[in-house]
Amino acid sequence: MNALLTIFHLTLHEAARRRILAATLLGAAAFLLLFGIGFHFVSIHAAREAGPSVLRQRIMLNFLTLAGLYATHFLTLMTAVLLPVDTLSGEIATGVVQTVASKPVHRSSIVLGKWLAFSMVAVAYFAVVAGGVLLIARILGHFTPPGLALGLPLMALEAVVYVSLSIAGGARLATVTNGILVFGLYGIAFIGGWVEQVGAFSGNVPAQNVGTVASLLMPTEALWQRAAYCMQPAVMRDLHMTPFSPASLPSVLMVWWAVLYALLALYSGIQGFRKRAL
Amino acid sequence: MSTNVIETRSLRRRFGEKLAVADLSITVGRGEVFGFLGPNGAGKTTSLKMLLGLIAPTSGAGTLLGRPIGDRAARAKVGFLPEHFRFQDWLTGRELLRFHGRLFGLSGRALEDKADALLTRVDLQDAAERQIKGYSKGMTQRIGLAQALLNEPEVVFLDEPTSGLDPLGRLLVRDLIRELRSLGTSVFLNSHLLGEVEATCDRVVFVKQGRVVHEMNLGAEPAGLEVELRVDGAPREVLAAHGTLLASANGSARLRVAQEAALPALAEALVRAGAKLYAMTPHKRSLEATFLEVMGEDQRPG
Repeated sequence: MNALLTIFHLTLHEAARRRILAATLLGAAAFLLLFGIGFHFVSIHAAREAGPSVLRQRIMLNFLTLAGLYATHFLTLMTAVLLPVDTLSGEIATGVVQTVASKPVHRSSIVLGKWLAFSMVAVAYFAVVAGGVLLIARILGHFTPPGLALGLPLMALEAVVYVSLSIAGGARLATVTNGILVFGLYGIAFIGGWVEQVGAFSGNVPAQNVGTVASLLMPTEALWQRAAYCMQPAVMRDLHMTPFSPASLPSVLMVWWAVLYALLALYSGIQGFRKRAL
Repeated sequence: MSTNVIETRSLRRRFGEKLAVADLSITVGRGEVFGFLGPNGAGKTTSLKMLLGLIAPTSGAGTLLGRPIGDRAARAKVGFLPEHFRFQDWLTGRELLRFHGRLFGLSGRALEDKADALLTRVDLQDAAERQIKGYSKGMTQRIGLAQALLNEPEVVFLDEPTSGLDPLGRLLVRDLIRELRSLGTSVFLNSHLLGEVEATCDRVVFVKQGRVVHEMNLGAEPAGLEVELRVDGAPREVLAAHGTLLASANGSARLRVAQEAALPALAEALVRAGAKLYAMTPHKRSLEATFLEVMGEDQRPG
């Protein structure tokens, strides 16, 4: 436990010292600034266009807030993949890990310490960006989407899945190979999710099945779709008024699969690193 | 308590088609400074990593401090400086020692005091608060040595510890090794610098293609002397009776004798046999000469 906490502390220290945290926060600030400016103009326009129709105005603001959260989802996945992508493979390649792994520590403590630290950083990053988006919507549009308590944890879980996968890959693969593989899985999840939605919308069962298989291979897009479903009013999602209104709602089982998926990825990372010649 | 800190039996490691270590059987005694020599690609670093649990052997077995190699408890009493001594270079020297000390289970005042003492010992007290990325190669190696000694180890593994150091740095490493020996710490030294090995090691083994091919006790017996003779009329049988005749021609001969003490008897025998002895020049056989002979002519630079 002592070794795990030492590695955890070192990983956080590294993120701060190497300006990784500063760079991600700067990126987040730039995104929020742009989103705020855009939201300001759109909310003025929405108020003018919608006229007395509060419902229409709320739909426009909800759509824009969801677009902000979609961008948050994308930025978070990039951050969650890139933060730990070379933490194991890089240290193995340079030999930095040799003096650490030859100490009286379990190799699993090294993986778990890094996983814990990077998961925390990725979720904190998500909380800052999503919090910023929601704060902007609240202040400028006097609007808060419904179902945040259900939707936001699903998006945070997405970040943890990506961190777990990126660390698992780094235990076995070179940094570039690992990055390509994880983004490849994201691509599968993304296109699979859309195929499933189009299939559900048009009643095409084989297309829906393709999407389900893609979600089993990589459940993150399903998490986003379920989160987006939770964070919009019933009228929007039932009438499929925006691209964020899923025609086929990913089940709760898929959420549990994502949890298991993250744990399996972490376990695979620990096993891979335990057996790896250093 | 066993007198050996390291014992291996037929350790073998294969990477795919490549056999890195074929059959490693060695022992290292408590308090011994042990040299592990061989050309590049002989499997020295792989062997060392197997002993430290960084690489699992394909077959064979061994013990480190009486426990199976790779055992975590044994690693608590081991120090290690790797060949390419890369560390978290965004840390300062002191932070690096704190980090590695915590991995050894040290904390608080004991850790701070130990780090301070080692920073002074390796002459880095002035650079302790600077990031390691600003260190020279020699300074990085010295901070690496310090992290290897944080736990007051019973065995220290040094993989090419002097390769990047200037003469003063080498002297510091040599002193450290002597100091460790005086404390009863065993040192496992991988080095290409045969002069360094000769100056510090009690015993060496030569490794070729992952096997020990020769062993020499540097502490107890000399490596052998070669003697150049300028002599007329020396009977071959007299020369051969005192050593191995390597070459002879009119007026000269080259002989290998076991030790320096054999020389007066040789001179006396030659004079008694009627030979005219003009000069007798002994040359101590260097470790390098032995190395080249043991490795054979088929060996090419790695």
